[in-house]
Amino acid sequence: MIWLGRAILALVLLFLYAPIAVMVLMGFNASDLYALPFVPTLHWFSELAGNDRLIAASRNSVLVALVTAVVATALGTLAALALSRRSFRGKSLLRLLLLPPIAIPWLITGTAMLVFFYWTGIGRGLHAMILGHVALAIPYVVLVVGTGLASLRADLEEAAMSLGATPFGAFRSVTLPLLAPSLVAAALFAFAVSLDQFVVSYFLAAPGVTTLPVEIYTSIRKGFTPEINAVSTILLGASVALFLVFAGLTRIGGERERR
Amino acid sequence: MSAPSTPEGRRARPSIASPEGRRARPAIATAALLLPAYAWLLVAVFLPLGAMLFFSFLKTNPFGSKAPLVFTGAHYLAFVTRPYLVDVAITSLRLGFWTTGICAAIGLPTALAIARATRGRVRQTVFLLAILPFWTNGLVRIFSWTMLLRQGGILDDLVHLVLPGVGSVGLLYSFPAIVVGLVHAYLPYMILTCYLAVAGIDDALIDAARSLGARLPTVFATVILPLALPGLVSGSILIFVPVIGSFMEPRILGGRIGVTMGTVIEDQFTQAYNWPLGSALSFTMLGIVLAIFALFSSVLRGRLAP
Repeated sequence: MIWLGRAILALVLLFLYAPIAVMVLMGFNASDLYALPFVPTLHWFSELAGNDRLIAASRNSVLVALVTAVVATALGTLAALALSRRSFRGKSLLRLLLLPPIAIPWLITGTAMLVFFYWTGIGRGLHAMILGHVALAIPYVVLVVGTGLASLRADLEEAAMSLGATPFGAFRSVTLPLLAPSLVAAALFAFAVSLDQFVVSYFLAAPGVTTLPVEIYTSIRKGFTPEINAVSTILLGASVALFLVFAGLTRIGGERERR
Repeated sequence: MSAPSTPEGRRARPSIASPEGRRARPAIATAALLLPAYAWLLVAVFLPLGAMLFFSFLKTNPFGSKAPLVFTGAHYLAFVTRPYLVDVAITSLRLGFWTTGICAAIGLPTALAIARATRGRVRQTVFLLAILPFWTNGLVRIFSWTMLLRQGGILDDLVHLVLPGVGSVGLLYSFPAIVVGLVHAYLPYMILTCYLAVAGIDDALIDAARSLGARLPTVFATVILPLALPGLVSGSILIFVPVIGSFMEPRILGGRIGVTMGTVIEDQFTQAYNWPLGSALSFTMLGIVLAIFALFSSVLRGRLAP
């Protein structure tokens, strides 16, 4: 049974990673028709350095992701503090309201944003994308920070207050330092949600103002070159790096902490 | 635990620290904590959904004309007046069921294999490898399949290396190609939810069943499957909903045959500029998805009731 299990795992991992490996390899392959044999080259990466559109789109992607990470983490953390530390009426309804941004297909959320932003004069462009990305990221931040808060003992803060600290002082000097790993993890998650977001960005992109995934999509539909593989490889690398830091911070997949 | 842990003890102490004022302020403080996030969600998600609902009852786009708004429910009858949309919806539902079914058929055994055939650092590594892809860009992963699946693509090259003279196995621009891409895109969700469900199954439970004479298929059907069911259900929901709304995957991998609800809706917003029809189709799609869930959840509740 053990061997059957390992065989299944090997096949599934092959299925998950083979296409990605091929995509990366073709970014380093000389043929512009993705033809074998494999002839290694860095040509497509140096070509990329001269592609102003892709560079501008990448810069937009990083900018939107940075702003999203900061804003979503701030707003989401405040909400998480109220949702997991305070008791009030309507809490379960507010928790429920965090679901639509995650659960409704992005196609519907994205087109709805397009309709509303266009109608109200907010318009399209980077600011509209930031509005949308932050909304998509807030529920995840609440989840990650809420999980972090649940593992902290509330009575630590109360102990600080009974020793004379103000509520805010107790939060800043006791809870915040202990919560820091969760905050960083939440910010990374929000950054990744934004960096990989395609659907919402696609509908909110203004002519000439796009993000990397939107630019990749346009290129794929127009007929593509290995330059797209090169830029996709860089994007993949960024996502994997973010994931590894996030996994380290939240210890997902690790053994459960013993109490 | 040295602190008093009775509810009274916990509640009493802050009022020792600050005798007055803390009772009146919590409501305001709570509201202040919640307001920024929910105001943002209101502007960026809930008002847009409301605006789209309003639009779906408009006869035409209201932009650029001074004419008074004309309301109609006709866009919701699109499935009657444009029969080809029924075929499109069926294509979307078939994509949803095939993708979800294959993900379940692969995801549950994979989750079981992680939980039963690995341990320690290997388990941690395999688990992280299995869920890492959903952090990477979905578009990039769909794009990589075009290189594998097209005629004369990498898969063709490999097959011909082993079996020269065989015809092309190029799948690109076909229904199976879309399913392969979607399974690749959403399999990590199913592995994750199933793993969370089966990781906690006690070995003693399986040993007990076996020592009472149950064969492996029986153990699977009577012990493992019922315990894994919540994982399968939540995984299926996480996969089915976005697949029904997918448009980029069918476009890239399906080419001309990749016409789905998603691509038809996208067209209304980016090509045809018939936003009212696109809005009505979006809400119809959402309604179909919710109806399917209502159906399945009542079936499941009937099955699970003691």
